[in-house]
Amino acid sequence: MNVTILLLTLLIGALATYFSGKSAAKVALIVGVASFVECIFLICQQQQGVNVGFLAQWMNTPNIHIALNGDGLGLSLVLLTTLLTPLIILSSFESPIEKKNTFYALVLFMAFAMAGTFLASDGFLYYIFWELALIPIYFIALLWGNDTFEARKKAIIKFFIYTFAGSLFMLVAFIYLYQKAGSFLLQDLYDLNLTSREQYWIFIAFFLAYAIKIPIFPFHTWQASTYEKAPTVGTMLLSGIMLKMGLYSIIRWQIPIAPQAAKELMTTVIVLSLIGVVYGSFIALKQSNIKRFFAYSSLAHVGLIAAGTYSLTLDGMRGAVYQMLAHGFVIVALFFVAEIIFRRYETRLINEMGGIRQQAVKFASLFLILTFASVGLPGTFNFIGEFSLLFGLSQVNIWYAIIGGTSIILGAFYMLRMFQKSMLGETNSKPFADLTKIEGFVLGVLVIAILFLGVYPKPLTDLITPSLVEIMTQIK
Amino acid sequence: MNTLIAIGGLAVLVLIAEIINLRKFIIPITIIGLLGILGLTINDFGLQATYFNNMIVVNKFSTAFNSLFIVLTIFLVTLSGDFYKDQLPKISDYISLKLFLLMGAVSMVSFGNMAMFFLGLEILSISLYILAGSNRKDIRSNESGMKYFLLGSFASGVVLFGIAFIYGATATFDIGEIFKLAINGGIPKWYQLGVVLIIIGMLFKIAAVPFHFWAPDVYQGAPTLTTTLMSTLAKVVAIATLYKLSLILTLSMPEAYITALVFISIITMTVGNIMALRQDNIKRLLAYSGISHAGFMIMALVNLAQSEASLFYYATAYALAGIAAFTVVIVVCRGKSEELIEQFNGLAKRSPLLAAVMSIALLSMGGIPIFAGFFGKFFLFSQALEKGYITLVIFGVINSIISIFYYFKVILAMYTKEVEENASELQIPLSYKVVGVVAILINIVIGLYPSFLLDIF
Repeated sequence: MNVTILLLTLLIGALATYFSGKSAAKVALIVGVASFVECIFLICQQQQGVNVGFLAQWMNTPNIHIALNGDGLGLSLVLLTTLLTPLIILSSFESPIEKKNTFYALVLFMAFAMAGTFLASDGFLYYIFWELALIPIYFIALLWGNDTFEARKKAIIKFFIYTFAGSLFMLVAFIYLYQKAGSFLLQDLYDLNLTSREQYWIFIAFFLAYAIKIPIFPFHTWQASTYEKAPTVGTMLLSGIMLKMGLYSIIRWQIPIAPQAAKELMTTVIVLSLIGVVYGSFIALKQSNIKRFFAYSSLAHVGLIAAGTYSLTLDGMRGAVYQMLAHGFVIVALFFVAEIIFRRYETRLINEMGGIRQQAVKFASLFLILTFASVGLPGTFNFIGEFSLLFGLSQVNIWYAIIGGTSIILGAFYMLRMFQKSMLGETNSKPFADLTKIEGFVLGVLVIAILFLGVYPKPLTDLITPSLVEIMTQIK
Repeated sequence: MNTLIAIGGLAVLVLIAEIINLRKFIIPITIIGLLGILGLTINDFGLQATYFNNMIVVNKFSTAFNSLFIVLTIFLVTLSGDFYKDQLPKISDYISLKLFLLMGAVSMVSFGNMAMFFLGLEILSISLYILAGSNRKDIRSNESGMKYFLLGSFASGVVLFGIAFIYGATATFDIGEIFKLAINGGIPKWYQLGVVLIIIGMLFKIAAVPFHFWAPDVYQGAPTLTTTLMSTLAKVVAIATLYKLSLILTLSMPEAYITALVFISIITMTVGNIMALRQDNIKRLLAYSGISHAGFMIMALVNLAQSEASLFYYATAYALAGIAAFTVVIVVCRGKSEELIEQFNGLAKRSPLLAAVMSIALLSMGGIPIFAGFFGKFFLFSQALEKGYITLVIFGVINSIISIFYYFKVILAMYTKEVEENASELQIPLSYKVVGVVAILINIVIGLYPSFLLDIF
């Protein structure tokens, strides 16, 4: 059994969902859960030393393979994808959605493309998955989004053009690499001996694609408006999984292919990432719309992850992978919180909330745990992630860690203030029903994942460390 | 060779069918005949032969492109059935003109002699002039035919002028001998002048900037089926011929010639794209997008030795997407005085099938992965990079981004806008559904298995 099964499940599942008419939501959920089970099974196999990768020739000229990598790094992110996808699908069960079959088919198709991106180890195949992931989210955001059509069209098209433009430069880089290596296979690209000038340009081309996707300052301008206008499911997919494609690709593709350039440009990219951390935090303070608020807080968090990966230390990279998962869990849960409030109050403005805790104790308690997790309180998975990231950064330059550390302090400030404004205070005059079973289940699973990995991250460490060590040797 | 004769025979048969009153059967007969000829052509594959004292040269290049032309003609003839249903008495003229045009196309890629090349060019052009002006009572069709005729015959004149210069320099029409003389050097300067004139004439035919001014007006005014023909079959024929001519003539050209080509390629795709952004008429939009695609295909000329397969692939991908897109345009804009993008509003609700066909065709043209257009661009970029034309590739990339804007404008109109209130029920003939779906399916299949086309060279 290898990873193709997982991808086929998602792809065929997407088709089946499209043709299943009214029961589309249930079919999609079953497919999502099935892929999660398969993923767990694959990880167990991989841990026992079975090779779960896949390799076959696709085209002779040019020399392109269908190559899927079954190592721990890719699988850990596939785990994130397959865990979040069914939860995201489940979270939308109580939302009014038109044309359910198309909607859920697009969600599954996107999960397929994202899982493919995490698994592909042939540059060309990787690029195709990377681009394929963009099309479903474009339609999800455009057709099922909030606000008037004209208003969201502007934001979503900006998002699409930005990311598409960035990735085309990556394509040029890949074509150039192919001319050199005669193959797109990851290992062949690793083995290239590029001059430092070549590496420099390759690094920049990749950086454009990833910096826009993640986003890193100053390529972030599409983010907040897209998150705001997209439907909650779309926002969850974007922030929870899709932006991890960029972070993952830095570790998998950009740094090992152009290690020397990564060392030379380290200061620049880390400083850009850290600007994003501070900038995101400050802008978040000023936001009145809860979705925009989470978008900017997310900008700050991913900035720190990017800085950690570019530190080129094992701790930094390991922290980055931890934090990718942790951030994925928390941000999806937080956007779901925003959706839950919206379902009851029909508002996304923080000022119009407040005094919810007395009416919905369960909800407020879960939200509090999530707030603490987002802040990185010890005991949550995010703490482990942020700690490793900062530790990795401090090995490069202690000031990076100090500036990065401000994100925790600022984060604590704005997150707790937001919690206070929205949940505490005098009992709200409008009634607020506590969580339904589905809402409770989704938030519960995410909180359990965060707390469990916060206390016992060893399985994940065992999974990702070998591949990261391999990449580190490649960099050296 | 058999191909050419068989097509000619079929065209005459169609004319005879008119006389003995078999109008109804013309289209089925033509389709079956063309399928047979397609089989015949593919059967010739791998054959290297010359006929009639080197007048016709059959090789892999000509066979591959001939097969593509025949496939495109089959699509066009299938569409004709319903398109000309109000003009049944003239159907044999229309169909035989298309077949004669195909003959011209076949001779243009299989010529072995400059005279044969010019003959093919004229057969193709004259058929096109007639088809462009074929809607006699419509003033715009008249305008289109007239414009195309005046400018097109001027371009033919330039080509002929070039041929005369080359003859003056080499004293032969035979391309094999011209090739040898040009390589050995020592031929008079006006050989190069002749080459430039021929290339300019051909650049006019593919509507490359700055010889593109005729295209949007002619495309817009001509009956939509003729526009389809011009933007798919005629464009692919012209670019293939240009490639073949460059292969023979331009090897001894100075460095500046390639620089000029790179410049023309860049400016063609850029101008085409930027003008396309501003169009609200779908036919003009596709005309300008066709201009930018011509710019992409000119990229093949900077690396002549290696780009045969990539050019063929790109041409196939582009032509199939074009056929599919125009099929939808014909159905949606039928009976309208102008073909506006607004008429596509809410097409997804009126006919999900047509909307899907149109979207995939446009996505393929825009170069979104898994559709053939993406691989086409990819192969062209990679062969240009191989020769080190990185500026050209970067402009290609930027233009791919620009093109997304206007392709998505149409896709958005189909999926997100409301249907106009007075829109009538869409009549979609079965033949249109078949052509649209088959063209898209082939596009996707060659997208998934590019080796299928690439490995034949």
